[in-house]
Amino acid sequence: MPWTKVYVDKSEFEKAAQLQKEGLRGLTFREALKEATSQMMEKDERVFVMGEGVDDPGGIFGSTAGLHKKFGKNRVMDLPIAENGMTGVAIGAAMAGMRPIFVHMRMDFLPMCMDQIVNHAAKWYYMTGGRTNVPLVVRSIIGKGWGSAAQHSQALQALFMHIPGLKVVMPSTPYDVKGLMVSSIQDGNPVMFIEHRWLYEQIGYVPEEIYTVPIGKGIVRRQGKDVTVVAVSNMVYEAMKAVQPLEAEGIDVEVIDPRTIKPLDEDIIIESIKKTGRLVIVDIGWKTCGVSAEIAAVVAEKAFKYLKAPVKRVTLPDVPTPNSPVLEDAYYFDYKRIVSSVKEMFREI
Amino acid sequence: MVKNKKKTKTVSKKSAVNSISAGVLRKLYETILRIRRFEEKIIEVYPGQDMKTPVHLCIGEEAIAAGVCIHLRKDDYIFSTHRSHGHSIAKGSDMKRMMAEFYGRKTGCSKGKGGSMHLCDPENGILGSTAIVGGGIPIAVGAGLASFMKGTDTVSVAFFGDGAMDEGTFHESMNFASLKKLPVIFLCENNFYATNSPQSARQPHDNIAKRAGGYGMPGIQVDGNDVTAVYEAAKEAVDRARAGGGPSLIECRTYRWKGHVGPDCDVEKGCRPRDEHDMWLKKCPVERTRKLLLDKKAMSEEEMKRLLDKINKEMDEAVEFGRSSPFPDASELFDDVYFSGGK
Repeated sequence: MPWTKVYVDKSEFEKAAQLQKEGLRGLTFREALKEATSQMMEKDERVFVMGEGVDDPGGIFGSTAGLHKKFGKNRVMDLPIAENGMTGVAIGAAMAGMRPIFVHMRMDFLPMCMDQIVNHAAKWYYMTGGRTNVPLVVRSIIGKGWGSAAQHSQALQALFMHIPGLKVVMPSTPYDVKGLMVSSIQDGNPVMFIEHRWLYEQIGYVPEEIYTVPIGKGIVRRQGKDVTVVAVSNMVYEAMKAVQPLEAEGIDVEVIDPRTIKPLDEDIIIESIKKTGRLVIVDIGWKTCGVSAEIAAVVAEKAFKYLKAPVKRVTLPDVPTPNSPVLEDAYYFDYKRIVSSVKEMFREI
Repeated sequence: MVKNKKKTKTVSKKSAVNSISAGVLRKLYETILRIRRFEEKIIEVYPGQDMKTPVHLCIGEEAIAAGVCIHLRKDDYIFSTHRSHGHSIAKGSDMKRMMAEFYGRKTGCSKGKGGSMHLCDPENGILGSTAIVGGGIPIAVGAGLASFMKGTDTVSVAFFGDGAMDEGTFHESMNFASLKKLPVIFLCENNFYATNSPQSARQPHDNIAKRAGGYGMPGIQVDGNDVTAVYEAAKEAVDRARAGGGPSLIECRTYRWKGHVGPDCDVEKGCRPRDEHDMWLKKCPVERTRKLLLDKKAMSEEEMKRLLDKINKEMDEAVEFGRSSPFPDASELFDDVYFSGGK
């Protein structure tokens, strides 16, 4: 299916497009995101975009570029740099009938909004006994490389995964980013919509019409029988790159992309483990209390008896992001680490 | 308490009194009295230990809620704080559902999930209340932004205390509301204390109303225990906001008679000076309004007695409703975490 497929690079997509000839429209992740936003703004006048720089020439790495010309500056609204207060403004507008999409160019700016996101947006529906909901989408982008360092590259998804009342979405493909954006706008709850900057150039099949991808449903990106690799966000691509080298070693990898980490599609992971008996979790965040910790805990509680080997976690080390390229190389990892971790798992048994 | 020497702008009491009709004065008095009796009812029943919610009483501050909310329509928004009983009553909330909420019952305005600090009444423009100091201010501005974007003329009132003036959200909200000329009224109830910390220990100047100038919006300071002054200032601000003239800041100077939380007075504990407390007791908003009504012959003693009887009966009924309502089922713990009607 073209919409479940991960195209690791552009040439792979072009090859597929050629085979299909018609009906395989390719868009980048960035274009798909912008298209979802634009189409939803056309369809629903309650939808608007707010954020510092959303109407500047760069347009949030291109994901909102030019939208202000189409919809005007009231619906594509530049903001003062006041993250917490503006989150409150977005929450109030959402409660009073609007559908704001609040965009943060870096995820590192979200800790300043914690009061409004955690104390207010997440709890409001519950505190009011279900009488006032908060249909809010908070987009944030994780940076990486070129010395982005400790305050321009954080992957803080685990902080939000901890909070009841929030949903946390981490799309990896152009198809999913469009469908999940549509779902997030329509959801009616506060949705943390987390994008990795390095996904923006990824290309894939994206239908022109509006469609949804369900929040809370993962997807098997590749079927395999020996080991389950659950990979988040852009790690899906690294996991896919690890497939062949591992196949050469005789290890058949199943790759699962949860797409949403809250609610987490536990079933798809557990079903896979029943088959493979082995689990490697690959996250773009830190290890301690991270996404990988939660997934490992769920599996320990609910699928322990199917495990043939201890769970392995491939994550960032528990240190802030460094600047120097040498230190960056030591900090980040790619598919080779996934390959070696899987091989290690088989050697240990 | 900080002594106020330099006044920003004050409403002339005489002119205010003369321009307010007897009918409006009666309504104001009724609301003030209702809030007072509601809070006193809580004090009465609280020792029963079955109202298990932290109550932040607004006795002494009733004139503000009354003087502001009388200008609001049902579809106007108010966003309140942990000290929100008076605002909800003045906006027209059902006191039975409020009491039921305090008793943790299913029939409560927030189905027993919120308690005293999280009152809500969406049909009356109360989308919820927050107990994080300063937390509701930007949310009120957001509701104002929604009115602006939808092209309606509803206004949004953010009630907060002098403690919230110290929060970043206050400044961020003032800046944005003024920038976009949003229909918001920033209503500071300055009771001179944040919990037990006096204003002078937290702020270099006693100039809350003046801070509006820095954001290019009108600011006014009024005697918050004088309902006519509050009425006039709020009328001007609400009218301006509704007409598209943008936000205003109103500082109402007042005093809470009870402690920060709970039914007792904290003066015995040494939290506030006795003479200061006693001085404010003499400025009782109920008594002042009552006198005004009698002076203007807007209401007779006999009518006042009948009104009190009616209100007392309402309170008994509200408590009875709360106490006799069913508790939520334990399984409801898991309800209302997520909204499920999205589209």
